[in-house]
Amino acid sequence: MTDAVPLPPPEARPAGAPPSPHLSARIAARRRGRHRAEARFRLYGLAALALCVVALAVLLASLLLTGLSAFRQTHLRLEVEIAPQHLDPARPQAGDYGAMLRAALEARFPEATSRADRRRLHALLSGGAEEDLRRMVVADPSLIGTRQRLWLLAGTDVDMAVKTGLPRVARQIAEGAGVRLSERQLEWLERLSREGDLALRWNSRFFTAGDSRDPERVGVLGGLVGSLLTLLVCLALALPVGVAAAVYLEEFAPRNRFTALIEVNIANLAAVPSIVFGLLGLAVFLNVFGMPRSAPLVGGAVLALLSLPIIIIAARAALRAVPPSVREAALALGASPMQVVTHHVLPLAMPGILTGTILALANALGETAPLLMIGMVAFIVDIPGDILSPATVLPVQIYMWASGAERGFVEKTAAGILVLLAFMLSMNAVAILMRRRVERRW
Amino acid sequence: MPLPSAGAPGTLGEPLMAARGVNVFYGAKQALRGVSLDIRRGEVLALIGPSGCGKSTFLRCLNRMNDVVEGARVEGEIRLEGQDIYGPEMDVVLLRARVGMVAQKPNPFPKSVYDNVAYGPRIHGLTSSRAELDALVERSLRDAALWDEVKDRLREPGTSLSGGQQQRLCIARAIAVSPDVLLMDEPCSAIDPIATERIEMLIEQLRQRYAIVIVTHNMQQAARISQRTAYFHLGEMLEIGPTHEVFTAARSEKARDYISGRFG
Amino acid sequence: MALVLLLSAILLLAAFGHWSGARFARRARAAGLRLPALPAYYGWYVALWTGLPSLLLLVLWAATQDWAVRQVLIAHLPEGLAALPADRLSLELTTIRNIAYGLMPRQGVSPEVLAAAAEYLRLRELARLAGWGLALSAAVGGLAFAAAQLSPRLRARHAVERLVLLVLLLCSVVAILTTVGIVLSLISESLRFFARVPAGEFFLGLTWSPQTAIRAEQVGASGAFGAVPLFAGTLLIGAVAMLTCVPLGLMAAVWMSEYAPARVRDVAKPALEVLAGIPSVVYGFFAMLTVAPVVRELGTALGFEVAAQSALAAGVVMGVMIIPNVSSLSDDVIRAVPMSLREGSLSLGATRAETVTRVVLPAALPGIVAAVILAFSRALGETMIVVMAAGLAANITVNPLDAVTTVTVHIAMLLVGDQEFDSAKTLSAFALGLVLFFATLTLNLIALHLARRYRERYD
Repeated sequence: MTDAVPLPPPEARPAGAPPSPHLSARIAARRRGRHRAEARFRLYGLAALALCVVALAVLLASLLLTGLSAFRQTHLRLEVEIAPQHLDPARPQAGDYGAMLRAALEARFPEATSRADRRRLHALLSGGAEEDLRRMVVADPSLIGTRQRLWLLAGTDVDMAVKTGLPRVARQIAEGAGVRLSERQLEWLERLSREGDLALRWNSRFFTAGDSRDPERVGVLGGLVGSLLTLLVCLALALPVGVAAAVYLEEFAPRNRFTALIEVNIANLAAVPSIVFGLLGLAVFLNVFGMPRSAPLVGGAVLALLSLPIIIIAARAALRAVPPSVREAALALGASPMQVVTHHVLPLAMPGILTGTILALANALGETAPLLMIGMVAFIVDIPGDILSPATVLPVQIYMWASGAERGFVEKTAAGILVLLAFMLSMNAVAILMRRRVERRW
Repeated sequence: MPLPSAGAPGTLGEPLMAARGVNVFYGAKQALRGVSLDIRRGEVLALIGPSGCGKSTFLRCLNRMNDVVEGARVEGEIRLEGQDIYGPEMDVVLLRARVGMVAQKPNPFPKSVYDNVAYGPRIHGLTSSRAELDALVERSLRDAALWDEVKDRLREPGTSLSGGQQQRLCIARAIAVSPDVLLMDEPCSAIDPIATERIEMLIEQLRQRYAIVIVTHNMQQAARISQRTAYFHLGEMLEIGPTHEVFTAARSEKARDYISGRFG
Repeated sequence: MALVLLLSAILLLAAFGHWSGARFARRARAAGLRLPALPAYYGWYVALWTGLPSLLLLVLWAATQDWAVRQVLIAHLPEGLAALPADRLSLELTTIRNIAYGLMPRQGVSPEVLAAAAEYLRLRELARLAGWGLALSAAVGGLAFAAAQLSPRLRARHAVERLVLLVLLLCSVVAILTTVGIVLSLISESLRFFARVPAGEFFLGLTWSPQTAIRAEQVGASGAFGAVPLFAGTLLIGAVAMLTCVPLGLMAAVWMSEYAPARVRDVAKPALEVLAGIPSVVYGFFAMLTVAPVVRELGTALGFEVAAQSALAAGVVMGVMIIPNVSSLSDDVIRAVPMSLREGSLSLGATRAETVTRVVLPAALPGIVAAVILAFSRALGETMIVVMAAGLAANITVNPLDAVTTVTVHIAMLLVGDQEFDSAKTLSAFALGLVLFFATLTLNLIALHLARRYRERYD
């Protein structure tokens, strides 16, 4: 049923009706200008977002470019005689393995006879090589008295030169640029390289060692274990308290001024600079309570205070997301409000609460400033064993490497960051997966 | 800048807008099928029908407000003075300037009464001086029968007015742009009976200058203010004709049932 | 490990309490008595009375025992140490404690101090044992008390629920305690600072060089503690950060909420959140490794003199870090503007850009201002980026190419490493912290207020 099926001819404007002002040339021209402004505006928005994404890409790219090389470390292959005269077979850990390595170097390059040359030659190897050899012999004393062709950890200057590229380093030396290798050392390296005895090998030490003064010997394990212990303390303190506070505020708190005060406090604490929490930890936990400096226990307590508001806010949101019908149904069956919460609401809200908690922990994993305040910046070689032993955490470790003077620390810093980001990313991924599953249910 | 002051005599009956075979889909769901009708100067066309019948959807096709809705697709042809408004040549900004719209719920901007009315003229550059703009705002408010109530409160926020006043403010805001067509989507559904009466009187006056299309669920209102009426049912237009004919001698049974109040 | 043992002991006692309470109730039921609650509640009643007081006592004891030990130690210090003035004494106490914990080499330390360290350890051990004894007896006492309360008339569920509610309340009071702790510790240390350095000098002085206090080997203030250069530097870097993050974050939010197809938004939003998840120490490294050299070379190429650690590099990187804060909050706020306002504007023939700038943004303004204020508060308190990329040079300048320093840098630097606790130098960090806390508190409260008003408008 229609009005007039054939399309009427284009309607001429009836005589007498004034033309629409919007068809005038002036306004049409203005309209074209407006469309250009619209296009510009849209472009600005897209450009802003693109810039953010580019910034993220540049950040990640620069970290990868700088850091990936740290996962491989320069090694020299030498024939080492594990000479019995340098050690007591009963106590192989006390042997003079440095002497064996020096002898091996000198055997390979007999032309280094002057004192200065020999010192340069010895500098090719890292102190880590000695440590590795000792560990090897201690583990397998039958090696004593044998000759072994071993890949040995090179010093940081050698490592940097190999990673820069030996020909380029040669040019730099020729130009007189500040290179920490001498011409002589470079010659030796070139010879080793030609003979296939100089190579970049997988740097497993980076995942099994703690801190060191030598960039080629550092590892993230100390920081990782410290971070783990600290986060465990943080979780143990913040999760129960946070959930309890959220349950109280969401399910039981009367609407009064005291509750409002608590809520304002939580909202504000979520935005208080983290360094202020560090000051609190220093003044209260260390100076009043007398807890030990540099301990994961204190670090975890500070991070717990820091994460608490975030966890409370997330937990309240999760509790609020439980449909009221669940509460009503349970109440109608005669359960007390407390039973409703513990038996029905809390279990349903738990995945959401855990998601928020994981995100808060990921956030805490990256915190640095408050932990500087409570002395977690100490130089600690050993892997921490418990929550009272001195420790550092991964981000603080990264900060310390970043302020290290040696050039070799730069790639180690970036590599440490890559490890940190990998951990944070996997925590976030777990949280996102959990959130997906929760969303699917309702 | 001459503004349309009065509808010229003898313009009635010539289609300003023409719709032919309009289909609308929201995603996979078809909301309108094969609607064809003309919109003419100097008359009020009422779109009636039970809720969900597609009358508002059709209204939103006329100034392409369906473009805003994600997943909406319009087929068929709608022409304004012969130009296809869905054609590539059509400038949506120009279309919406010429085909104004008043929403169901008053939606004044959180600005002053004056700035609400001046919004359209400012963005389109309809006036060239402050005095001209002042005059245009006053004329629009007078045309919307609101001037006397707000002339002392032009600087107050538009949201501080009563519901009926807000709706007339929205009408003033629409006519300040000097459209050719005015689309109204149940303009009286959210306001009280006295305000409704005022707005009905207003529509009667505005008819002289604009082609008006009004969606209403109120039969009496359609009968009072419209010259022609179209009846929509489940996405189809079952009936169109002079209002008195549709109301007294509808050809389709469903339209008769609806009008006599058997459902709706 | 010993602590684990103690905790398991308390838990075991509580479990035993639960079992005996429940057994009592079951027997009463079996005897035909009608109980006002299920047997499990009688169990929980005894268990809670066993566990809660003893755990609470343990926490209290852990918090106060060191203070008590120190008082005893001071009372028993040998003449030579006890006669020291208060600030030297606290320094010696720190040494004693560090030696006791093995954080300091023993070489070159006077035998008196070594003896005191041993005494300290002995006292601490004693205090620890006493605390455990107290906790255990509290557990046993609680168990006995609750067991004595058991009777068929006991409304166990009611009692248990009251106890649990009390615990819940205590947990939510932790937020208030934290704030109180922050305020009290900052104020008390700051008061000690202002006793040495007049507040006028701190708030109005133009020179900041706390280091001189050590070099002169003097007690009290001989360094310069005029904090204005730090405030100025903080504001300069904050301003650079805001100039970076507000336009970028806002435009990105506008594009995402008004223009982006749903699929693009689903990718772009998490990407921005990744930007927010990256720790600030990473941004700091990025700033010093990549951005600062680029800024410097660009500036030099254009004929400007750029400091190695320019405010520009630190500020821009900080801005990038804060972008997600601005964009995600703004995105929420912009989406909360009712669709009807957008349609009203579009149906008058406005372009989308006009709709956004003239209707949506003005309507969303309070919420956006709140987001920007929160971002600024974050910028003021950000530490690692400026520690790594801005340096320590306390200059007053508005030129972003110069090096400046911030409040947070100096808080961190003053307190890193070993510190004598009573020097003006160390205490000044708390005065700076106090200023920082109240500045951010004010900004946060304003933002909260604006955000609440905004929510009320459109909810």
